[in-house]
Parts: sequence; C-alpha cells; structure tokens
Amino acid sequence: MGNNENILVKMSNAGILKNDKWLVKDVSLEIHKGKIVTIIGPNGSGKSTTAKIALGLFKKINGHVDRYTNKISYVPQKVLIDWTLPLRVIDFMTLTQDLESDEIKYSLNLTGVEHLMSRNIRELSGGEFQRVLLARAIAKKPELLVLDEPVQGVDFAGEVALYALIKKISETLNCGILLISHDLHVVMSATDYVVCLNGHVCCSGSPVDVAKDKNYKELFGERSSQLLSIYEHDHDHVHTADGNIEKNEN
Amino acid sequence: MFDDFLFRALLAGIGIALVTGPLGCFVVWRRMSFFGDTLSHSALLGVLLSVAFNLNISLTIFAVSSLIALILLRLQKTTNLPNDALLGLLSHSALAVGMVVLGFLSFIRFDIMGLLFGDILSVNVYDLLAIWIGGAFILLVLWYIWKPLFASTVNYELAEAEGMNPERVNAIFTILLAALIAISIKMVGLLLITGMLIIPTTMARNLSNNPKKMVILSIIGGLLSVFIGLYTSFEINTSSGPTIVVVALILFILSLVGIRKKNYG
Repeated sequence: MGNNENILVKMSNAGILKNDKWLVKDVSLEIHKGKIVTIIGPNGSGKSTTAKIALGLFKKINGHVDRYTNKISYVPQKVLIDWTLPLRVIDFMTLTQDLESDEIKYSLNLTGVEHLMSRNIRELSGGEFQRVLLARAIAKKPELLVLDEPVQGVDFAGEVALYALIKKISETLNCGILLISHDLHVVMSATDYVVCLNGHVCCSGSPVDVAKDKNYKELFGERSSQLLSIYEHDHDHVHTADGNIEKNEN
Repeated sequence: MFDDFLFRALLAGIGIALVTGPLGCFVVWRRMSFFGDTLSHSALLGVLLSVAFNLNISLTIFAVSSLIALILLRLQKTTNLPNDALLGLLSHSALAVGMVVLGFLSFIRFDIMGLLFGDILSVNVYDLLAIWIGGAFILLVLWYIWKPLFASTVNYELAEAEGMNPERVNAIFTILLAALIAISIKMVGLLLITGMLIIPTTMARNLSNNPKKMVILSIIGGLLSVFIGLYTSFEINTSSGPTIVVVALILFILSLVGIRKKNYG
C-alpha cells in the first residue's frame, strides 16, 4: 500500500505475549500520511493493545514496529481525570504541547466545543470531553494520530459528524490516522483501510472488501455487512486501499 | 541578625513553604500522601545513622530516603502487591529498623521529640544553607520537569505516547521528595512533614479551579502557616512543627467556607 516516502508506522508480525497468553498476535499493518487505517473487532480482540504497540508503549514486543515520525498525538480509550486535580479545558489543551491561544481556539472550534474553553474538565459530559480530547490531539498538527474509540458517548448525529471531521483532519493536516472502533457501519465510510482483529488479523483490506469477507461476516454477523450498504448505496465509486478511486462494480 | 533564632526559624520556614507548596500539589494530585509518610519514616533511620557514624544529617536522610524510594519503584515493577501495601511495608520496616538502631545508641543523649515534631531552636546557619540551597535546587529541577511530570500525572499513557518519558520524571520527582524531607526534618519533624505537604495544598484545592492557581495558593497557605504558626509557638510556648500544622488545618477549615459559596469542579 502506497509508496515508502509517506509511511509513518510499519508493524510486521507484531504481538504481545503476556503470562504465556497472546494478547494479540501477528499484526502487520502500515500507516501512511493522509490515510485512515481502522481497526475493528469485538471486545478483548486486542484493538487497544495493537494501538499501544504502534505507539511504542510496550517495552517488550514480538515482531517489529518501525516508526518514522515523532509528531504523534494519542487519544486513549479512557482518560480519567482525578477530581483532586483542578483542570480547565484550556489547561488540558496545553498538557503536552505549547500552543498559541489562536491554535487552541481553532482546534476547539473544529470539534465544536470552543464555548467550553474555560470550563472545568470534570463538568463536561462524556461526549463533550471526547470532543475536547480530539481537539487537544489535533492542536499541534501531528503527523500520526492514534484514536482509540474517539466517539464514545457522542450522540449518533455527532458521531457521524465526528467521523466526517476525522476524515477532514486527515485530509487537511495530511496526517496518518489509526482509528479504533467498534461502530462498524459508520466508521467504514470514513476509512481507507480496515483491519479486522480478533486476537490476530482476521481479514484486512478496503472497507468494501472487508465487508464482503467471509471472516468478517462470521465475526460480526451477516447484518453488519448489509449495514454498510446504507453508506455505500449512492456511491458510484470505491476508495481502494492505496487511495485510488475505482468505479463501483455493484 | 543570623544569631537571632527567631529570625533563623522564620527564614527556614519560608524556604520550606516555598518548596512544599508545589511539591505538595503533585503529592495530592498523584495520591501519594502515604508515600510522604513512608519517606519521612525512613528519615528516622537516616537521622540515627548520621548520629551513629557522625555523618552530615541532611545528606544521610536524603540518601536513606532516596534508597527507600528507589526500592519502592523497583518493588512496584517486580511484585503484584498493591501500592498501599508496599508503602506500608517500607514505612513500618524503616520505622522499626530505626527504633532498633536507636536501642543500640542508648549511650547518646537523643532528643526524640525534637526529631518527631521538629525543634526550631536547633536550626543553625548550616541548616538554613541546606534549606535554601537544597530548596532552590529542588524548585529548579521541578521547574525543568514540570510539563512532563504534570502530563504524566494527568494521564500516564498519553504522556508516554506523546514522547514525555513519564517513568524518568516520576523517578526524579520521588528523589525531589526525598530531598525535601532531608532539608525540612529538623524544622517540621518527621511525623509532620506530610502534613506540611498536604494540608496547605488541600486548602488550595478548595479555592482553585486550575492547577497554576492551586500551586500559588498552596505556597501562600504554607507561608501563612509558617508565619502565624511560628509566632504562636513562641507566644504560647508550643512545639513549632505541630503549631504550624495546626495553623494550616485552621486555614483548611476556613477554605471550606469558600468551597460552599463557589463550587470548584
């Protein structure tokens, strides 16, 4: 997939063996500039672990991971802010980075939460906090963005809008995005490459290919691959894994 | 002027409050209050060793406390025991070993109360130098690691993923705490250092809606406790350490009025 100049992360047969049990095994994938790679899979299938391997959070891994960028932003699955820590949105934005107030406003505005800037993190609803997390992650214009279930607690309309926003971010910042999700249907429309995970890579490829895959249907049921059609029916083309646009044969 | 013990005590107290303010905030944010206790208990061992072998008291305390801190970090990695159990293990072991060593030192006249609760009269010019030079060094290092330390306090993995090396700054922070205990034990006493770290900070939490404000208020709270506490302890002839902590407690109680009026998230 793609040429080597745009590559950000390359995982080759990466895995984690913990207490004689594989958390995740033999994952190979590449993340490229301007492309969205989505990892889907059931609970406990190793999605978050795979993301952490890609980020280099584990000291001992099997296989190889090569990272070609240092400008990485991460939105973890769970961010618990201790109540002993008084933290406003504006303090949280500059947690790992120095930002001008324009940059803070711009990225909060992008995710639609500019009005929350001086509010305390603890007062935010789940969905609002999720948007703040995303704003913080994109504020310093990363080359690689790792989003672990970034739309948790966001209402459905907001969810569709946020995935559209993630798509827009990857285009405008030309950053590579590793997206983890279990909302199969919505995420499919905003992704270039899908890795379907269940302890190992069940199947991978363009969204349309994966949806047709036998393994995918076994894992998520027949209905989930039909759901995809909601988002595909009015398209006359498909985006292949390498970013080319092809006429839709359906 | 340095001959005046009241003036020396005040200078020592100001120096300590300037350091306990910001360090105390991190101790509270990171839920490390018991860690402060563990370090100060191990300081007893340090004091006794320094007396037994005629070593510099601050440096010996610093060495012993740092050692205990590093053992803790090591045990956290290699055992499956929860943090509070490890802290209890180290804290009481250090205390027990210290008391056993004290038994061997029965030939030395030893002011154990002064050690536990602080003895303002014993603060000499060398202690002042240790407090101000040591304190300046602690604050300098803290300033330098502030951003990564704060980020890893909010979220460890996020900080690590974004290249902040939280493991290293955590270890440095632990050493800074050991250094603070080493310089302040004579003034505040080993039973009350954690109080000096925590109580002005909890007061500050009640009145703050952002981290910077909390640090500043925590320093101010510490300074007020020192000023009022020292003055009171001379007026009514009480131990300096406990009096300072009692003043901090009163400030905390007053701050509860603030929290009722305004709900600081």
